[in-house]
Amino acid sequence: MSTRPRDKRMSIEEVIEQLEDGMTIGIGGWGSRRKPMALVRAILRSDLKDLTIVSWGGPDVGLLARAGRIRRLVYAFVSLDSIPLEPHFQRARQEGTISEVVELDEGMFQTGLRAAAQRLPFLPTRAGLGSDVLVNNDWLRTVESPYPGPDGTPETLVAMPALELDVALLHLNRADAHGNATYLGPDPYFDDLFAMAAAKTFLSVEQVVDTAGLTIDTPVQRLLIDRMMVDGVIETPGGAHFTSCVPDYDRDERFQKAYAAAAKDEAAWRAFEARFLAGDESAYQAAVKEFDDE
Amino acid sequence: MSEATRSEVVAVAIADCWAEDGEIFASPMGLLPTLGARLCKLTTNADLVISDGESLFLASPPPLGSGTGPIEGWIPFRKVFDVVAWGPRHVMMGATQLDRHGNQNISAIGPFEQPRRQLLGSRGAPGNTVSNRTSYWVPKHSPRVFVEQVDIVSGVGRSRAEEAGPAATRFHDLHRVVTDLAVFDFGGRDEDGAGALRLLSVHPGVSVADVRAATGFALTLPEGLGPDDVPTTREPTATELMLIREVLDPRRLREKEVPS
Repeated sequence: MSTRPRDKRMSIEEVIEQLEDGMTIGIGGWGSRRKPMALVRAILRSDLKDLTIVSWGGPDVGLLARAGRIRRLVYAFVSLDSIPLEPHFQRARQEGTISEVVELDEGMFQTGLRAAAQRLPFLPTRAGLGSDVLVNNDWLRTVESPYPGPDGTPETLVAMPALELDVALLHLNRADAHGNATYLGPDPYFDDLFAMAAAKTFLSVEQVVDTAGLTIDTPVQRLLIDRMMVDGVIETPGGAHFTSCVPDYDRDERFQKAYAAAAKDEAAWRAFEARFLAGDESAYQAAVKEFDDE
Repeated sequence: MSEATRSEVVAVAIADCWAEDGEIFASPMGLLPTLGARLCKLTTNADLVISDGESLFLASPPPLGSGTGPIEGWIPFRKVFDVVAWGPRHVMMGATQLDRHGNQNISAIGPFEQPRRQLLGSRGAPGNTVSNRTSYWVPKHSPRVFVEQVDIVSGVGRSRAEEAGPAATRFHDLHRVVTDLAVFDFGGRDEDGAGALRLLSVHPGVSVADVRAATGFALTLPEGLGPDDVPTTREPTATELMLIREVLDPRRLREKEVPS
């Protein structure tokens, strides 16, 4: 019997087979940074619908909204970073095509992931008090502290419910076949929280390496994800494109500009889709290479 | 040295916001706030902690649009939220709308259910305003920004915080609003109570009438002062002008946000 942990490598298509209509899917990264775009593109190629998407939103949210796959969206912002407003998301909101919209404060969003990661029904937070986040989400509740506050009166705080996920989709720089993974850029974002908040986690990476290779040139503190959190590992070089995945690559600003420009016009968007999103992931990467060479 | 431009007056007015803060994290959103925070660190508050707006604490203020220089700490987004909750932070946010009661909107214009114009989302504004000292930067002062009542309350004004109870007011600390025309604080009162916007000073070359015309609600002036007595925002010192022009913004990026 092998003493090695199991090999979790799988294809993009095998990930999609595990997803179902109506699932709650958390997407790692932040804005237009280190997003599991190859997995998002695979969802676009599938028939999946009525999804609840939980995301520090970037083009992942934009693309899924444009394709009409989102029934419920949980976010604190949606942005392309260097282009502040995500055009597809903006349009979806203005046309009212996402049936349930849950806009949270960023701290509330993190607190909700923490609660789910800790298997708690909620966690208290100050963030959200007094704002319209509590008005526009009238199902959110407050909770009175059982302890006296500084002036003797107990504080009433937001009871942020756990953001429980059926699935988390993440993209990191490197992993081994078992799901141990490192991020090599400056920010871990909240990918470990997404993994712990989810029943299943699928992790795409730029490169699958031997376990020993994970720390050969990288401090152990960068091992953000361990294999207990992971159900599938997918090697997808360029899998975060066009979002950033430093140090492997920066955001493809030229491509992002083309994406945002195309989003504003129906014919231009159909042409963009036909050129970049009609085929599988290798067709996408080939089309991007061709775009680069122009 | 030639006379200060409007963007330079603004940079100094913004820098003054952090002058008394001591050893806390300055979180500027946008170009002029970033310039102001860096100027503050080089002039009135050497203890100020500044970042690259991404994930690094910078040991010394680099010029706008250049590298990071020496690094003194690590501040990824998760740690930013920890500092928000912990407290030693003064954020300067933008505002698509800001109302008389000190509420800010960066979420959307129009009804939330189906807005006329979707913006970024609430981001961290609700949590920032009930946890940290908060100021605002408005690069183009207009009645579209300064409204009677914001469409969606992202950043929480004083009266809304008071309605929400002591947990919301405990660390609520709105400080200044700097615009291309003037400086405000939140020392006014209105029918909702304390915390209403109050004009503190007008920039050189700007009249109270100019500010009034660009504001969508009745201006509150400092107590006992008529329109002609409102102070003028201070001029930059020669040192400040040198730091802005030669050290922090030699490429004059400030002019893009506030043209002369």
